[in-house]
Amino acid sequence: MKIRFEKREKKPSKLLIFLASLLSVLIALVFLGFIILSLGDNPLTAYWQLVSWGLGTVPGLIQSLVSMMPLLFTSLGVLIAFKMKLWNIGAEGQFQMGAFAATWGALYLFPHLTNPWFFIPLLMMLGMVAGAFWGFLPGVMRAYLGVNEILSTLMLNYVAIYWVNYLTYGPWKGPHSYNFPVTAQFPQSAIFPQYGVGGLNLGIFISIGMAFFVLYLVRYTKFGFHLNIAGDNLRVGEYAGINVKKMIILVMVMGGAISGLGGMAEMSGVLFRLQPNFSPGYGYTAVIIAWLARLDPIATIIVSFFFGVLLVGSQQLQLFMQIPSSLVNAFNGILLFSLLASEIFLHYKIKWVRS
Amino acid sequence: MNQDIITSTLSGALRSGTPLLFATLGEILAERSGVLNLGLEGMMLMGAFTGFSVSYITGNLWLAVMAAILVGGLMASLHAFMSITLRVNQVVSGLALVFLGEGLSGFWGHGFVGMQAESFNNIKIPFLGDIPYVGTIVFDRDILVYIGYIAVPVIWWFLYKTTAGMNLRAVGESPDAADARGINVVLTRYIYTIIGGFFSGLAGAYISLAYTPMWVQDMTAGRGWIAVALVIFAIWDPVIALIGAYAFGGISVLQFSFQIIQVPIPVNIMNMFPYLFTIFVMLFASSNKIKKRFGAPSALGIPYSREEKT
Repeated sequence: MKIRFEKREKKPSKLLIFLASLLSVLIALVFLGFIILSLGDNPLTAYWQLVSWGLGTVPGLIQSLVSMMPLLFTSLGVLIAFKMKLWNIGAEGQFQMGAFAATWGALYLFPHLTNPWFFIPLLMMLGMVAGAFWGFLPGVMRAYLGVNEILSTLMLNYVAIYWVNYLTYGPWKGPHSYNFPVTAQFPQSAIFPQYGVGGLNLGIFISIGMAFFVLYLVRYTKFGFHLNIAGDNLRVGEYAGINVKKMIILVMVMGGAISGLGGMAEMSGVLFRLQPNFSPGYGYTAVIIAWLARLDPIATIIVSFFFGVLLVGSQQLQLFMQIPSSLVNAFNGILLFSLLASEIFLHYKIKWVRS
Repeated sequence: MNQDIITSTLSGALRSGTPLLFATLGEILAERSGVLNLGLEGMMLMGAFTGFSVSYITGNLWLAVMAAILVGGLMASLHAFMSITLRVNQVVSGLALVFLGEGLSGFWGHGFVGMQAESFNNIKIPFLGDIPYVGTIVFDRDILVYIGYIAVPVIWWFLYKTTAGMNLRAVGESPDAADARGINVVLTRYIYTIIGGFFSGLAGAYISLAYTPMWVQDMTAGRGWIAVALVIFAIWDPVIALIGAYAFGGISVLQFSFQIIQVPIPVNIMNMFPYLFTIFVMLFASSNKIKKRFGAPSALGIPYSREEKT
């Protein structure tokens, strides 16, 4: 017996793609169930714990939205690059550099600014520039020297993380931090407007707005048109007169800017101070979110929210059932595998042939 | 005093370079067969966790190493199935493997943090170990370092001097021609992808059983990714891989030596060195000219199918 793949003639419908994604999530949950079982816990109780707080209560819902924000920014950042088949795994570093730049601006460059209408946009710019620069480096290396962007973006993630560590353990350690590695708190004028007490803040709405902006960008602009052509096939893009090198750099810079803005928003909207390990790997989860959303910016909002719920839920799990929160990473891995497999079944008919 | 530091830096380079060497050698074999496995980091973490936990539970070091190797192979076989049989995108499948390894090892390893387990000690080789300086640096190490020394010439000999090695290279260079000569392309790719996993598992076990004998979540700290870069640096050659791995090992232990001689560079800045150096190395190793002339397997990352090419 041998397996043969035959390409399906019709492109799969939107509904079918949705169902396949849903099925992938279910399959991943089943596998995850066995893993939870391996520690002697009941998977069903764990799943209930995982979603009941984040979906079923008002403070939980707000917490989920707050967790969605950094995920949404970084997912949109990698999404643009993935559209061009550039494997930007650097959202984590770009996010951290954005947070670094925002902190720099808020505490050291402009500590005397008191007008938030001026200060906050300025910090947003800083965050975007820093993230963009962290995307620009691998972009240039890929475009002109052929350096594999997966490796360069990953290495730059580590550099960014150690850079934040260096600052928070060293020169930026706050005066009232009791020797903990945290910076001083942002001044009030550098903090996003907060709505209510649950942490709901302007950043969440900016992130959703960014999704619509990315949608506009990829669907209705010349840039998006070029992105789609070059994404299908780099060589075709070149024949069509697109400057592919410039596109690579532009795409990496834009993705970096969006992730960098996410880092700034996490500072000004949620944490108000820089500290080591302030990101539980948002930029890595973003890779899976972008895939699950099939690179659609609007679907990315929904999937990011779903992962926000999971993230909040996994903290609940650790708190109440002592189930390590690394579970989410395992889920991510399994989900990615089942998504990949579903992709094949969507595009190919699989036949068993006697050989 | 200074001699002590030089000796300890060089021996540290060998120790710290050994896991890189194992992972790189394994990935060279997999990539030579045409399968790109970016999941080294995940396989190494699972290897490190498995090795540590088995050593903790049974107290048997060799059982621990064997288990780590097997788990590495098991994870690689998942990647092999996805990329060879289902022919999915190998980049994404490799990434998924990293997530899976990080997640599972963190999840299962949670209870092992802070525990102590049996670990490898140094074994001084008679005569050779008594050579001044060189002896202490090279021949007074643990047994896995010695296995690293031996693995390099063995794999070199295998790749270039045996029929099986030639077949392996043929499959990675032009699977069509290899198939026409009667080599089973699919089977070959499965075998070497899984062997690559064995090596990554061993690399992980080295970290948790010899280099820093304990279990800490994410303790491989990007070494799997550095190994992926080292394969490019080594232009798919085991001997250059050895040089590269030990050089990288040296850079990662440099911070300890710098601390002793009080070089005024903060620890967190020194921690960046291996990653910065990786980028720096890739700037030179990545040019298409070099790749074409020296060695990237032509069919790397391209699924093979006899009937149709899509």
